[in-house]
Amino acid sequence: MPEPLLEVRALDAFYGDFQALFGVSLRVAAGEVVAVIGANGAGKSTLLKCIAGAIKSRGDAILIDGQPIGNAPAHAVVARGIALVPEGRRLFPSLSVEENLLIGGQLGRPGPWSLKRVYELFPVLAERRQQPSTSLSGGQQQMVAIGRALMSNPRLLLCDEISLGLAPIVVREVYARLPSIVAEGSSLVIVEQDVVQALKAANHVYCLQEGRVALTGAAGTLTREAISAAYFGA
Amino acid sequence: MEWANIIIQGVLIGGLYAMFAAGLALIFGVMRLVNIAHGDLIVLAAYVALMTTDTLGLNPLIAIVIVVPIMAAIGYALQRALLNRTLGDDVLPPLLVTFGLSVIIQNALLEAFTADSRRLKAGPIEVQTFEVAGVWIGVLPLLQFVVAIAVIAGLQLLFYRTALGRAFRATSDDQSVAQLMGLDNRHVFALAMALSLAVIAVAGVFLAVRTNFDPAIGPARLIFGFEAVIIGGLGSMWGTLAGGIILGVSQAIGAQINPGWQLLAGHLAFLLILAVRPEGLFPKVQT
Repeated sequence: MPEPLLEVRALDAFYGDFQALFGVSLRVAAGEVVAVIGANGAGKSTLLKCIAGAIKSRGDAILIDGQPIGNAPAHAVVARGIALVPEGRRLFPSLSVEENLLIGGQLGRPGPWSLKRVYELFPVLAERRQQPSTSLSGGQQQMVAIGRALMSNPRLLLCDEISLGLAPIVVREVYARLPSIVAEGSSLVIVEQDVVQALKAANHVYCLQEGRVALTGAAGTLTREAISAAYFGA
Repeated sequence: MEWANIIIQGVLIGGLYAMFAAGLALIFGVMRLVNIAHGDLIVLAAYVALMTTDTLGLNPLIAIVIVVPIMAAIGYALQRALLNRTLGDDVLPPLLVTFGLSVIIQNALLEAFTADSRRLKAGPIEVQTFEVAGVWIGVLPLLQFVVAIAVIAGLQLLFYRTALGRAFRATSDDQSVAQLMGLDNRHVFALAMALSLAVIAVAGVFLAVRTNFDPAIGPARLIFGFEAVIIGGLGSMWGTLAGGIILGVSQAIGAQINPGWQLLAGHLAFLLILAVRPEGLFPKVQT
């Protein structure tokens, strides 16, 4: 088996005294799309925050290219090529659309993504580049959030609930762009409550339940019953 | 004509207050830190200028180019070594620590330079004046005002036209997401403090040229800075200039009516604005 791009090994995560993840392990190979599904509070967002460095963990619990990054601060993790599209988009309200994108690219990591390429991916943003980011619709704000993460030219893009609060047609539109992101060489981890959407987009699925991996497998091989049992608990 | 003169003098001194305020507003805007030691750092800058002029024999207005980088370096180090550790969800620790810093700076200056009043001597420019339509304008106050406008315009440009300004605004909006963008907030905060003390350095030199200073005058400068920030609002650097000018003009008018009313008139103008427009003249747009 080739060295994975990202490896999570027996990750525990805590919010103060509360333990949110128990021994979670996960692998993402280069060019792969991995979906992490699970109910509210299963620990999906926590897992992404740990990988992105927003929550500190044991150093060797998270490895990129075999290098431990578990206790690296978030700004150093981005420099290693991991970008997070945070839940709820979290755009910078006092920055324009273009400034939001530029701040995503401020580390200057080389790669395929630039302002021009992000505007090609999401043409509607080019028309609104000078507008305040908060004046956009929810779907457009999500595009800015994805574009902002892409601007750092990540090898691994972490997407936290990018369908949250969006109309189904907008969700389809956003998801339709993911293959072009993978085609440029980024691996993806998508966290979703929308299981159908996640299964369609992913090669490999992990289902979390109360902070533990309840089920994992290639997206095509999992039955509805198995997913349902892992999602809700038996 | 007498009143026109007084108002012009007030406007010109307002530039100095605006520089006090700009550094304060910058720090509060970027990291929600209320720097109680701000006034004492202004006085520290005046003493750094005094040492520079004494040892190098420079004109204080030229010494600015040396004082500014020294103060900026002090600001960066102060933030990295001390103030970053006080920042968190609670607003109280930075208040207490900067209050303590204020006491320490005052006493250290007292130890090093005694309580004697000092002044920086800038030469003949101090007393040069010219007349425009019956109004007498001092060259030095005018220079101070022009420099204040340049400083504020520079800050405004830096905030809205440069990558560093973008980083300041992003960090101000959402610290945790800014870190996900690769911004190390400890470094960003330290740069903001360095910039704030660079502005203070300019203000401190002008203060020391126009009036006597001693180690105890810092807190009053802090109050002027606060008042100008609150009058101006936090939405724009130009607000601090407006705030400084309103404060300066109010003090000048007060002093003209009765010499004892100079400070009182400034405080009253501040209270009036606080009562009728608590968000200031240029409020931060809520998003």
